[in-house]
Amino acid sequence: MDLKTMTFLVVGATFALYIWIAIKARASTTAEFYVAGKGIHPVLNGMATGADWMSAASFISMAGLIAFKGYDASVYLMGWTGGYVLLAMLLAPYLRKYGKFTVPEFIGDRFYSNTARMVAIICLITASITYVIGQMKGIGVAFSRFLEVDFTTGLVAGMAIVFIYAVFGGMKGITYTQIAQYCVLIFAYTVPAVFISLHLTGNPIPQLGLGSTMADGSGMYLLDKLDLICTDLGFAKYTAQKGSTLNMFLLTMSLMIGTAGLPHVITRFFTVPKVRDARSSAGWALVFIAILYTTAPAVGAMARLNLMETIQTGEVGAPNSNLVYAEAPSWFSNWEHTGLLKFEDKNADGKIQYYGKGLADKEASYGWKGNEMVKVDRDIMVLANPEIANLPNWVIALVAAGGIAAALSTAAGLLLAIAAAISHDLLKGIFTPNIDEKQELLASRIAMGGAIIVAGLLGMHPPGFAAQVVALAFGLAASSIFPALMLGIFVKRMNSTGAVCGMLAGLGSTLVYIFWFKGWFFIPEWRMAADNANNWLLGISPGSFGAVGALINFAVALTVCQFTEPPPEHIQHLVEDIRVPAGSGSASDH
Amino acid sequence: MKSASEYWRRNIKLVVACLIVWFVVSFGFGIFLVDTLNSISLGGYKLGFWFAQQGSIYIFVGLIFFYASKMNKLDREFDVHED
Repeated sequence: MDLKTMTFLVVGATFALYIWIAIKARASTTAEFYVAGKGIHPVLNGMATGADWMSAASFISMAGLIAFKGYDASVYLMGWTGGYVLLAMLLAPYLRKYGKFTVPEFIGDRFYSNTARMVAIICLITASITYVIGQMKGIGVAFSRFLEVDFTTGLVAGMAIVFIYAVFGGMKGITYTQIAQYCVLIFAYTVPAVFISLHLTGNPIPQLGLGSTMADGSGMYLLDKLDLICTDLGFAKYTAQKGSTLNMFLLTMSLMIGTAGLPHVITRFFTVPKVRDARSSAGWALVFIAILYTTAPAVGAMARLNLMETIQTGEVGAPNSNLVYAEAPSWFSNWEHTGLLKFEDKNADGKIQYYGKGLADKEASYGWKGNEMVKVDRDIMVLANPEIANLPNWVIALVAAGGIAAALSTAAGLLLAIAAAISHDLLKGIFTPNIDEKQELLASRIAMGGAIIVAGLLGMHPPGFAAQVVALAFGLAASSIFPALMLGIFVKRMNSTGAVCGMLAGLGSTLVYIFWFKGWFFIPEWRMAADNANNWLLGISPGSFGAVGALINFAVALTVCQFTEPPPEHIQHLVEDIRVPAGSGSASDH
Repeated sequence: MKSASEYWRRNIKLVVACLIVWFVVSFGFGIFLVDTLNSISLGGYKLGFWFAQQGSIYIFVGLIFFYASKMNKLDREFDVHED
């Protein structure tokens, strides 16, 4: 069976499964729509959180970033897992005890102010939309490859499917579907990794394979060999640090704080039955996430090794040791179709030369006229990986299904958070408190549709690779939502004015810093300064600024609250009450 | 409610202890001390690189379950557990 048929078959089968589950578990009340009626076991909830959490950025983009950045990409690995520690210890149990549906609802009640709730809604929507843009980029990449169309058409197809799928279910449907999606995506991620690890090192466990010797008889450790090939071809050493330590620190911190501040993840912990389940559920979520996150470094390193060895078949600079373009394997031309991989025969020898700046002084003597792989979009690495490693068609098809599952599950979770913010917090909470459940559900479905269209349009010209766009979203969540929640729980004296000023200062500073270098509203023509280290404030990249924004938020909130009235008595009691688990009821709607 | 403030104090102490470990394994071993640790090997891994791409994640998982079980005990000790 050819690859295209196989892909349609596997992707189709998984879709049928999701839709079947979504129909079986269809939400009928708003409680079920937003938080699945709180009846989800912590292990299952952890699994669903894992799928919700691991997006196109984790599945498709992250290993690609690792492949090309090596050690420097560790920020994504640590940043996107370390946040769960913060979540489990600083937020989840208390928010569960409080027992409402949404993050703005907590902020509005804790800071006894609709202004605070409004600001929280703005923060939530800004962060979530940015995040959905990242997903759309990933979905566009996956669909363009497997439908064999250009990126824009792939993106539009993806938008249509997300629309149908997300508007259907609500949280209950989404939770059970996400459990299925987790199984699909983790299977799809690990199977090719096991094959490739076995092939390269003889060790079937990728986490161990990455630290093993090569199976080619050289006795060399895989990572040492990769370092060697990278330096031979004029690239930076794989395991060495390339960026600045300050940026690595700040980006990791932003991603961690952002993880704990992302509304669609926090909402997950409202769905467990008890406070103690909220604690362990974060642990289970991280277990399921860690399976993918510890595999990713192996996938990245091995993909890089395979890619370079496919193109550079022998000694660097020797004749006939480069891949002849006409004989390139089929994955090469397949990806060229999507426009995400580009080859230019600069020295017209019909062979492919792929090398880095380190060979600038030697290239003339080899007869090379520059790196001929003029575009290798990092987001294609995971999808192309099984093809590069010559794995059977069913594995390639499976990876496609997994990537789509990852992107869909996260997009659905985010859209739900956006929809809840608009229909539950904005309409029912502030503007039109009298609407009934049916109208509220309708409003949230319309809001989802609107969000998909905005994100899709912006996703056509994304401000970076999927994982990098997502990193910006984390910066926004880190600088706005996390500090407000944490102060609300840990500082009894924190009042409404302090929290509102803090959120506005944190979100405002981060947003301006990002837009300054990425263009206002992510439109590149509208940028104020070129996005490079010379222009950055103290050398801090826009993606890393979230941690600074969070610091500004904390500082402003704590200062302002010193000079304004303490919160009323009943709010102080509320804070005391959420600090102890006893007496948590099921979620209530006001 | 004298014990409520004691419960909270014990909780904060535990959180701080866990967060110190969290910071040391990721930011400490994975970023600031990476070059120093890289002189030690763990199989084919350099140790600093291993902490950055593998070790810190395993320790995060352990930390959360450790915190959860400690808190469950604390809940019972102060009789603030659910049901």
